[in-house]
Amino acid sequence: MELIQKHPILEFRHGNEVTFTFDGQEMKGFEGEPIAMALHANDVRIYRVTPEMKRPRGFFCAIGKCSSCFMVVDGVPNVRTCVTPLEPGMKVETQHGKGLVPLEAK
Amino acid sequence: MKKMIDTDLLVIGGGAAGLCAAAEAAGAGARVTVIESDLHAGGQLVKQTHKFFGSKDEYAGTRGFKIADILLDEINSLGDKVEIRTNTTVTGYYPEEGFFTAMKGEEEYYRIKAKKTVVATGAQERLIPFPNNDLPGVYGAGAVQTLMNVYGVVPGKKVLMVGAGNIGLIVSYQLRQAGVEIAAVVEAMPKVGGYWVHAAKIRRLGIPILLRHTIVEAFGDKVIEGAVIQELDDKFSLIGEPRTIECDVICMAVGLTPTTELFWQADARMLYCPQLCGHVPYRDETMRTSHPDIWVAGDASGIEEASAAMVEGRIAGHSAAKALGLPVREESFKEYWTRLDHLRAGEVGEKIRGGICQVLVDGWEA
Ligand SMILES: Cc1cc2nc3c(=O)[nH]c(=O)nc-3n(C[C@H](O)[C@H](O)[C@H](O)COP(=O)(O)OP(=O)(O)OC[C@H]3O[C@@H](n4cnc5c(N)ncnc54)[C@H](O)[C@@H]3O)c2cc1C
Ligand code: FES
Repeated sequence: MELIQKHPILEFRHGNEVTFTFDGQEMKGFEGEPIAMALHANDVRIYRVTPEMKRPRGFFCAIGKCSSCFMVVDGVPNVRTCVTPLEPGMKVETQHGKGLVPLEAK
Repeated sequence: MKKMIDTDLLVIGGGAAGLCAAAEAAGAGARVTVIESDLHAGGQLVKQTHKFFGSKDEYAGTRGFKIADILLDEINSLGDKVEIRTNTTVTGYYPEEGFFTAMKGEEEYYRIKAKKTVVATGAQERLIPFPNNDLPGVYGAGAVQTLMNVYGVVPGKKVLMVGAGNIGLIVSYQLRQAGVEIAAVVEAMPKVGGYWVHAAKIRRLGIPILLRHTIVEAFGDKVIEGAVIQELDDKFSLIGEPRTIECDVICMAVGLTPTTELFWQADARMLYCPQLCGHVPYRDETMRTSHPDIWVAGDASGIEEASAAMVEGRIAGHSAAKALGLPVREESFKEYWTRLDHLRAGEVGEKIRGGICQVLVDGWEA
C-alpha cells in the first residue's frame, strides 16, 4: 500500500488491516476507513465509467458531495465510496453506467 | 430502525461552526443532536496540520486538527447533552411537516424533528472548466488533504497546484510534508491571493509560483499524466507558448462556495453575494435566517475562516438556546460580537465586511 511512512507532524493510527476485493482482485485496507482511500492506497484511480460518454472517473471532493466516486459495493450501486467505511470481505466493483438496482442485478 | 428522532436543537454539520454551536447551546442546557456526514466530526479542521492564524480566543497558533480535539473535549465535558451522529447526511427539509430527513450510511433513512436548527454545512469546492478536467487525478484540494492528512495515503508522485490563495499555498506545503513533489503552483491573478507567510514558505522550498498562468488542458490515457499551462495577459487572454507539465495529480484550489441546499428548501431569503463567495442566507445579528427556527453559522453563511466560523457558531448556539427558553449569559452575545468585529477588522477583513453588510438585517418581523 502507498502510505505515508514518515510525517513531521502527524501520526497515523490505522485500524485493523482487512482484506477486500476490487473487481475480483484481493486487496488490503484498513477497517473503518473510506473505501475510496483504501483503493487509492492500492493505486486504483478509476472508480466508475460514465453512462453515456464512457469516461473514467475517480474521486474529486472526498466529502460525499460530488458523486464522482460512485461504485458498486456488495451488489449495491451508487455507493459514495469516499465516505463509506471499509468492512472485511467487502466486494467492491467498478460501476459502469448507472448501475442496476440489486433486485434486477440478481 | 428508528423512523423519527426528536431533539431540542439540531445542528447540521459537525465542523468548527457546528461544534461550537452545539457546545454553546448544550452549555446552556439544551439537548443537542449533531449530524455529520463524514466518518468523524471536525470538518475542515481535522485536515489542517498548520498553526492557525486569527486571535488567541480562537486558538491562533494551535494546529487545526488539535482545535477539533479541543472542541470535542469541551462537548464531552458536558456529559450526554450532545449526541454526535457521524456517517449521517441530512438529505432534505420538509417545511410543511417541519422535519428533516437523514441518511445513515447509504441505506438507513430516518426523520428528525427539532425545535430549533443550526445549519453549519460548510462549503463545497469549485472547479474550473478545461478539457479533461473529469479525468481521475483532478482532485479538489480538500480531497488531497483528506487522503494525506486524515488517512495517510500518498496522493500521487507529482502535483500541479492550481490556485495560489491560502488553500493552494497551504496544501502545497502539506504535500511536501507528506513527501510529494510539486511541479508548480499556477495562479491566474497577477499576485498571490494568500497570506505572505504561506507564499514565502513555498518559495523557500523552491516551488515555482507562476503568476498570470492558467491550466488550459489536462491529458492522459484514462488517468492524469500531465497538464498544459499557459501565460495570461492583463485581460486574461492566453499569450505565449503553451507549456507541458508532467504530473499525476492536478490539485484544484480555486475557491469554495457555501453549501446552502437546506436553506433553499426551507425557503429562507437568499442573496448572491460575491464577497461571501456565492448564495447565502440573510441573517440577523443572532445568525437567525428569515426562517424563524433556522440559524446559520460558518462557511455556509459565507466563506471566511475557522476563527469566525467558531464565533458565529457560538452566537447561533447562544441565540437558539435562548429561543428554546433556556437561561443564557446575556453578556456573552456582546463578547462574541466584539471578537467577530476584531477578526474582521482592517484591510484583510474589508471584503468580508463588504459582504456581511449586504446580508445582515436589523431583525425579522415577528
Ligand atoms: C487548506 C485550508 C487551510 C485553512 N487554514 C485556516 C487557518 O489557518 N485559519 C482559519 O481560521 N481558517 C482556515 N481555514 C478555513 C477553515 O477551515 C474553515 O473556514 C472552517 O473550517 C469552516 O468551518 P465550518 O464549520 O463552517 O465548515 P466545515 O469545517 O467545512 O464543516 C462543515 C461540516 O458539515 C458537514 N456537512 C455538510 N453538509 C452536511 C449534511 N447535509 N449533513 C450532515 N453533515 C453535513 C461536512 O461534512 C463538514 O464536516 C482553512 C481552510 C482550508 C481548506
Ligand atoms: S468524491 Fe465526491 S462524493 Fe465521493
